[in-house]
Amino acid sequence: MVNWIWLGMIVFSVAFAVATGRVDQVTEAAFSGAQTGVTVCFGLISILVFWMGLMRIAEVSGLVLKLSRLLAPVVRWLFPDVPKDHPALGFILSNMSANLLGLGNAATPMGIRAMQELQKLNPHPETATPAMCTLLALNTASITLIPTTLIAIRMNFGSASPADIIAPTLLATAISTGAAIIADRWYRRRSGDPPAALPRPTETAGVAPPKGA
Amino acid sequence: MVAALHALSTWAIPMFIVLIPLYAAFRKVPVYETFVDGAKDGFSTAIGIIPHLVGMLTAISMFRASGAMDMLVAAAKPLFARLGVPGDVLPLGLLRPITGAGSLAFATDLIKAHGPDSFIGRIASTIQGSTDTTLYVLTVYFGAIGIRNARYALKVGLFSDAVGFFAAVFACWLLY
Repeated sequence: MVNWIWLGMIVFSVAFAVATGRVDQVTEAAFSGAQTGVTVCFGLISILVFWMGLMRIAEVSGLVLKLSRLLAPVVRWLFPDVPKDHPALGFILSNMSANLLGLGNAATPMGIRAMQELQKLNPHPETATPAMCTLLALNTASITLIPTTLIAIRMNFGSASPADIIAPTLLATAISTGAAIIADRWYRRRSGDPPAALPRPTETAGVAPPKGA
Repeated sequence: MVAALHALSTWAIPMFIVLIPLYAAFRKVPVYETFVDGAKDGFSTAIGIIPHLVGMLTAISMFRASGAMDMLVAAAKPLFARLGVPGDVLPLGLLRPITGAGSLAFATDLIKAHGPDSFIGRIASTIQGSTDTTLYVLTVYFGAIGIRNARYALKVGLFSDAVGFFAAVFACWLLY
């Protein structure tokens, strides 16, 4: 699906630009978009280096394991195919708590660490596992208690009660997260992955790597 | 309640930064060496995301500059108006899943134009605050570990964005 969306955006943009005489702008946009991509990644370097250092300390000291045991029932229901006491669960929990608190900077490195741990359980390293899809669903829906950025912006524009949006945000984010979990479950079941399938036997022979990926 | 949540959000990061090494030192972990050891991976992870993000942002940037986005919004406006969605917030709903910076700029603009405490200003704040940028999250998280086949993850993300958009409008109708 990503392939089609990507191709569709490019082809449609160029066709539309030709029709409306905006070819110059679109060419320029292509390179400025590429530049933004690099700039964003460079911005991520400091954040990732810092948090991954800190999280290694948390992991080595046993904190991650402790955390994963604390809320184990909920996480195990969401991630049935991750073995008990696996470090991935601890990072998933840290990622979810950081999202709840609106700490975007901290949530991303924790989510990436969780993905790296899930990747160790992946029999086909280029294909996402169901657990990865669930973690991604939780992060795109990103359940939020405190929308910090928006409160700051509202304050900036002289809102009488900037934190007023906490209630509707909480309601909307709970509904969309619920929808994400339900949709994820539905696709997971439909895709026919056995709930605890590590490593998947026999199936490997029939799976070809994606062509030209 | 609100003040308490705010305090929690302000104090969480400094608390993380001080309590994690403190606990580790207590457990006799060589904290500085461990930090440096883990931090090394951060650099390569960030660099590994570059090709994914450049590819995605190039396409998004072209799509917006070509005017195709505006046409899509114009086409969808009457339909959404019938569902009780103010036309002004519709572009935000379409931008939200594809660009974080773009939708934040648009939301800020709506808040500025209509006022933060207007109905539209509140809907804009709620939409922007209640979900994350699906394409960005997918690109960064899967890019970091080299996943090429995302399977159904994008569908789930876009579906929850659509639900979140209507939920945000609904929540504002309900609460104001």
